[in-house]
Amino acid sequence: MQGISKRFGGVQALDGVDFDLRAGEVHIVVGENGAGKSTLMKILAGAQQADSGQILLDGLPAVIDSPSDAFELGIATVYQEFALAGALTVAENIFLGREPLRVRPGVIDYRAMNDEAARLLDRLNCPVPPTAIVETLGTAQMQLVEIAKALAFRSRILILDEPTAALSEGEIGHLFDVIRQLRDEGVSIVYISHRLEEFEHIGDRITVLRNGVKIETLSMAEASIDRLVRSMAGREVKELFPKQPAQIGEPVLRVEGLTVGERLVDLSFELRAGEILGVAGLVGSGRTTLCRALFGLERIDRGRIWLRGGEVTGLPPTRSIEAGVGLVPEDRKGQGLALNLTLRHNVALPSLPRISSLMGVRAAAERQLAAEQVERLSIVASSIEQLAGELSGGNQQKLVLAKWFAANSEVMILDEPARGVDVGAKAEIFRIISESAAEGRAVLMVSSYLPEILGMADRVLVLYRGRLAGELPIEGLTQERIIHLASVGGDLEESAA
Amino acid sequence: MTESSTASVNGGISEQRLWRLLKAGLPYAGLAVLLAVLSILRSESFLTIDNFTIVIKRSSYVIIAAAGMTMVIVSGGIDLSVGSIFAFSGVTGALAVTAGVPVPVAILMGVGAGAACGLVSGGMITLLRIPPFIATLGMLWAIRGLGEAVTHGGQARYIEAPAWRWLYSDLTTIQVAGLEIPVPVPVVLMVVVVLTFTYIMRRTRLGRYTYAIGSNAEAARLSGVRIRRVQAILYMICGGLAGLSGMILAAKLSAGVATEGIGEELTVIAAVVIGGGSLSGGMGTVGGCVIGALLMSFLANGCNLVGIEQHWQKVIAGAIVVAAVALDQWRHRRAG
Repeated sequence: MQGISKRFGGVQALDGVDFDLRAGEVHIVVGENGAGKSTLMKILAGAQQADSGQILLDGLPAVIDSPSDAFELGIATVYQEFALAGALTVAENIFLGREPLRVRPGVIDYRAMNDEAARLLDRLNCPVPPTAIVETLGTAQMQLVEIAKALAFRSRILILDEPTAALSEGEIGHLFDVIRQLRDEGVSIVYISHRLEEFEHIGDRITVLRNGVKIETLSMAEASIDRLVRSMAGREVKELFPKQPAQIGEPVLRVEGLTVGERLVDLSFELRAGEILGVAGLVGSGRTTLCRALFGLERIDRGRIWLRGGEVTGLPPTRSIEAGVGLVPEDRKGQGLALNLTLRHNVALPSLPRISSLMGVRAAAERQLAAEQVERLSIVASSIEQLAGELSGGNQQKLVLAKWFAANSEVMILDEPARGVDVGAKAEIFRIISESAAEGRAVLMVSSYLPEILGMADRVLVLYRGRLAGELPIEGLTQERIIHLASVGGDLEESAA
Repeated sequence: MTESSTASVNGGISEQRLWRLLKAGLPYAGLAVLLAVLSILRSESFLTIDNFTIVIKRSSYVIIAAAGMTMVIVSGGIDLSVGSIFAFSGVTGALAVTAGVPVPVAILMGVGAGAACGLVSGGMITLLRIPPFIATLGMLWAIRGLGEAVTHGGQARYIEAPAWRWLYSDLTTIQVAGLEIPVPVPVVLMVVVVLTFTYIMRRTRLGRYTYAIGSNAEAARLSGVRIRRVQAILYMICGGLAGLSGMILAAKLSAGVATEGIGEELTVIAAVVIGGGSLSGGMGTVGGCVIGALLMSFLANGCNLVGIEQHWQKVIAGAIVVAAVALDQWRHRRAG
């Protein structure tokens, strides 16, 4: 791939990236969120098209305008989200759309299909019968089915996107065996990962992307975790965050030994009034689970949560809201807003018990509530009667925040509060968050983008596989240290030892 | 409050609002056009007090049930059992009278039977997590069969008591400009139900929660709405109103008839959909379902007056339902 560039609106996702892949190698691609890893791979897989640049295959220019073009050229991708039909068998999934037929058109030759599927699975050392129903399989097995599907296309290039994110240690070991075997058979593998400790077990070369630019490609001999972390973080970490000084007061929320299955293990921390507590960690590290557990959306196995001295462990959302907790979920369209209802309706929804009498919702109080928040958060809308779905992303996100200001929530749990909004709206959202902390609210903020954490937080929790990898004061904290804790689980000194 | 920001609203948004208004007004416009056409074509038989009284009286039980159905549909659900509840409530009331229960109490028992059916459907949907379509389809058959079983194969239970017929009688007549206009009890009930539930949908928490659940159940839950409780209440209301409709039908027939109301659930659903209700939830009004029901009733009436056979009336009714939804989809695509 030569000089690949891609813009999304005002964001330069990729800027002149060169990337080469040799036959029979495992090439690891690393980078922070938003560095451009996924975009680059989507362009290779035909899911997106580059604005400029070209792709050469065996030295010849290749046109990859759609995923099916990529398949024809022998490029297959296993995404984090599997593309399997759960109700069909393993063999049916592997051959979906290309079933071996008998003489009569339309009749599948099941024997040939199952035999071929069994051969493929055997090659992957996957002990699953071809006739097993996919949805009964575990995650690791489903992943192998996806890889088998890719091999059935006789793929020469296999792209694996965060393949170990949902696997256990043993399963990861098996996956690595499979990857090595495929490599030795001549398949080229692009391996995207956040987990830096993996690269030395599996990689041949490693490419670092940052802000849409290729920083370097290293051989295994040159690479070390320290070097990669420095390379990923870069220098220009200072971004403008309108952080206001706030009086940090009494602890408001106290969490002790919080455990949710395997997703959150024995987590303890305090959250103080006026404080912004940043939560960092990789995808799947338990960040969202923590937010949901604090709001009563997860079944808590062990541990306790206190709010201002009263226990709130496992209270359902309705009661959590009454107790003064507000949640801005990561998916604003799916979970945050009712898009075909008005702005007024959305803002007032959590506050209705407070502004209702026996005769129903007090209309004047409701209008006032909505109007106040629109003004306070500078939400751009034609009126409070505009539909939420008609607002821009940034204004929608402000609307989700407005719900909790209207409800006078004392504790704000923010899961990726600035995801998917433009730069201007981001700065405004952070100004609002900062103001709300200065007013004495306690804020817990999850973000995948470390400059946001470093710019906003007073203190940072780093999660690694559901556990607390570190609780760090903001003074002197570097992106490198957070990346290291989040991707290795231990500290710089420990891994060096 | 937000005058400063108004200027930044672009043309696309005002266009969307225009579509919203157009869509909301369309059923009304359709009804107005229909009435105008019939008035011109058949003024002597159409524009009579008798004709209007009959049409509106017949529509009243559909509208009462449609008010409850509106709430269920706005919440993103569906209740297929209302046709069976029409019969089941009537049979319940009739059996109660036969057993010596005073007629007013028996009528309330019929309504209660409908509400109980709705509550059972709501329980199946919220506690057992059965999709509304399936839960109420089961209800449709179960209570139809139950009604037939307790009446020995669906024989009509005739009730002689005059009080039984009260629900389909005229409450009074009023004099307007020298004309005697009857005021039937079912029409009065219908108006009361429509006003009450319009108020509930527009001005109370239950109404707000109903729209919020239908628009985005997860967002509603994360805003503190106890969605299962609300859903159960909605199905109970829908069942109760269907029970009231059933008692009006039973008064009209002077009997509890276990085979009455077959397929009527679809008439009720069609009234909601024509009136702007969206089966994907979050949209619809009680006022809209009134217009939808009247549109269909006047259409049937007009076809009779003009001399279009019943078979063709069904074809036209089917086309109108599909057209209403097609328009809804088209609008959705435009709104993005």
